[in-house]
Amino acid sequence: MKTELAKKYLRLEKLPTLWCSGCGHGLILSSLLRALYLLNIEKDKVAMVSGIGCSGRTPGYVDVHTLHTTHGRAIPFATGIKLMKPEFYVLAVMGDGDCAAIGGNHFIHAARRNIDITAIVYNNGIYGMTGGQVSPTTPYGAYASTAPYGQLEEPFDIVELALGAGATFVARSSIDEIPKLDRLIADGIKHKGFSVIDVITICPITFGRRNKLGEDPMMNLRWVQDITVPMKKAKDMSKEELKGKWITGIFRDEDKPNLIDLYLELNKKLKHSMVDESSKEGVEDVRRQDET
Amino acid sequence: MGQRKLISGNHAIAEAAIRAGCRFFAGYPITPSSEIAERLAELLPQYDGIFIQMEDEIASMGAIIGASLTGKKALTATSGPGFSLKQENLGFAIMGEIPVVIVNVQRGGPSTGLPTFPGQQDLMQVRWGRHGDQEIIALVPDSIQESYEFTIKAFNLAEQYRTPVILLTDEVISQMKEQIEIPDDVEIIDREFPSVPPEEYYPFDGSKGLVPPLAPYGEGYRYHITGLAHDKTGFPSSNPKVVREQLERKLNKIRKNRDEIVDVEEFLLEDAEYAIFALGSMARVAKQVTLDLREEGIPIGLLRPLTLWPFCDKELINYAKKLKHIFVVEMNFGQIVGEVERYAGKYTKVDWYGRADGRLIPPREIKDFIKERIHEN
Repeated sequence: MKTELAKKYLRLEKLPTLWCSGCGHGLILSSLLRALYLLNIEKDKVAMVSGIGCSGRTPGYVDVHTLHTTHGRAIPFATGIKLMKPEFYVLAVMGDGDCAAIGGNHFIHAARRNIDITAIVYNNGIYGMTGGQVSPTTPYGAYASTAPYGQLEEPFDIVELALGAGATFVARSSIDEIPKLDRLIADGIKHKGFSVIDVITICPITFGRRNKLGEDPMMNLRWVQDITVPMKKAKDMSKEELKGKWITGIFRDEDKPNLIDLYLELNKKLKHSMVDESSKEGVEDVRRQDET
Repeated sequence: MGQRKLISGNHAIAEAAIRAGCRFFAGYPITPSSEIAERLAELLPQYDGIFIQMEDEIASMGAIIGASLTGKKALTATSGPGFSLKQENLGFAIMGEIPVVIVNVQRGGPSTGLPTFPGQQDLMQVRWGRHGDQEIIALVPDSIQESYEFTIKAFNLAEQYRTPVILLTDEVISQMKEQIEIPDDVEIIDREFPSVPPEEYYPFDGSKGLVPPLAPYGEGYRYHITGLAHDKTGFPSSNPKVVREQLERKLNKIRKNRDEIVDVEEFLLEDAEYAIFALGSMARVAKQVTLDLREEGIPIGLLRPLTLWPFCDKELINYAKKLKHIFVVEMNFGQIVGEVERYAGKYTKVDWYGRADGRLIPPREIKDFIKERIHEN
């Protein structure tokens, strides 16, 4: 399966990736590829959109329609693609800064409008590409190049944010549970509506080194094991015990009308009732039909 | 003869967009451009198109780029403050060479400025508002008729040159209603489809011309687009030769086609010794001034750029060589006059009159200014 999968979905000539040794991003990329493979998705029907940062380089390695946009803006570009290509699987790959800082507004509104896009967040709690500055998910007290005395702010919980904003599929996983991550990403892609998979990952170089984990990826991975708690186990834990931990699992998986289907339905209705192209009559007819 | 219709500038733009083949609009409410969005919210779903009000201006700009990549024509509309926000992704569309049309209905600035009054203060924002070197196409209508026609032209130029095009109006032109004639036949240009199979396709390959075809999504052409400097394949490159060549091609596709793109109106210039240089709604005032001064026996004409960018340097120089004096009139504190001086200053005197207080400058004031200057010389 491995070589078959690699040959099918990877732009092999673009390897190796530019990610540092020990970086967790490659694990997420491979999960993503396995999810596409499991679902047997045709490459011509996939658009993968990213923002800026280390995660932003993901689409370059994948042989689908790929778009490496501006910082935080993956979702708006993805929205335009999805609306005009409803049959496409549109994936928005983002970092934590991308998703929850500069792109936070796009993220919550995509959730609210329940547009059928799969958002995958590479959440390493740091701005890696720019040299290790604090991000909106940097843990309280952690050190970063712009928090030399420790982070004073509380981190964003991307799952809570997505749930509050109305996303219809919300899950969290980590690079420590790869087979599960494969399935979660596949579930997210299959889901009709806005799906979010928050993936806790590591940046040994810019986070690990500053936070007593060193550059050793195993030390960093152990830290991931330490800060993540499966939902089942979390149920028996107190608030105090859960402080500073990320709960993993599926938080919501709900069927709800998504924007594309609603839009296509409207277009169909208007087509049948359109009278005069330059008048409002077509619109009025639909309104009347809805009222009766 | 085409159908006659009493219509506002903003509605004319919306209807012309549909005519041009636009099937996607993403926008954010902002005065005085919102009627474009409102009209398209009604019209687009009737044409199997999509209208979406995004969460902000930045997102609207991103969404139209995404939509355009699927091969459809896409539009957004805004006003000065919103245009400032769109600059980021507009730069991306220039770098990625993605055809889109952006309407900027100018109002008074800076900042929130005068939302319900006209201005011509975005002339340089349109040209240089983004970081980096680039060429941009901007069209400036002075009537509702032209708002309709230039909207179609904007889409055509965007598709032909694979680039964003700005339609620059102002509060007066967009809010005013006039009777227009909807042309029976209009020329519609669609972007070129690649002539090579997917395995030989490179989205930024300039070897066969300055404007490489842009393959629509879903047709077997899977390529990469990035805002990073890139090679012909679309993948990042920092090789100085590659970076320079790609950037030069992006500039040259506009520069070398400037004769095809640039258009001016030459009004009573044949025998003129003096000329006014004005654009958009100020050109309408200037036209009246020209006629009034002619009646008083002053041999004056009007040179009006229909394309603000690329600038009408050749046309201006041509007239500057024959004219005694050029008067630049604009609704700002001195923007386009810099360009006029740059090209015409060598050959003739250039004088400037303008202000930005949300009001059109009345003909009387301009007349007095011109007569005074002519008298002084």
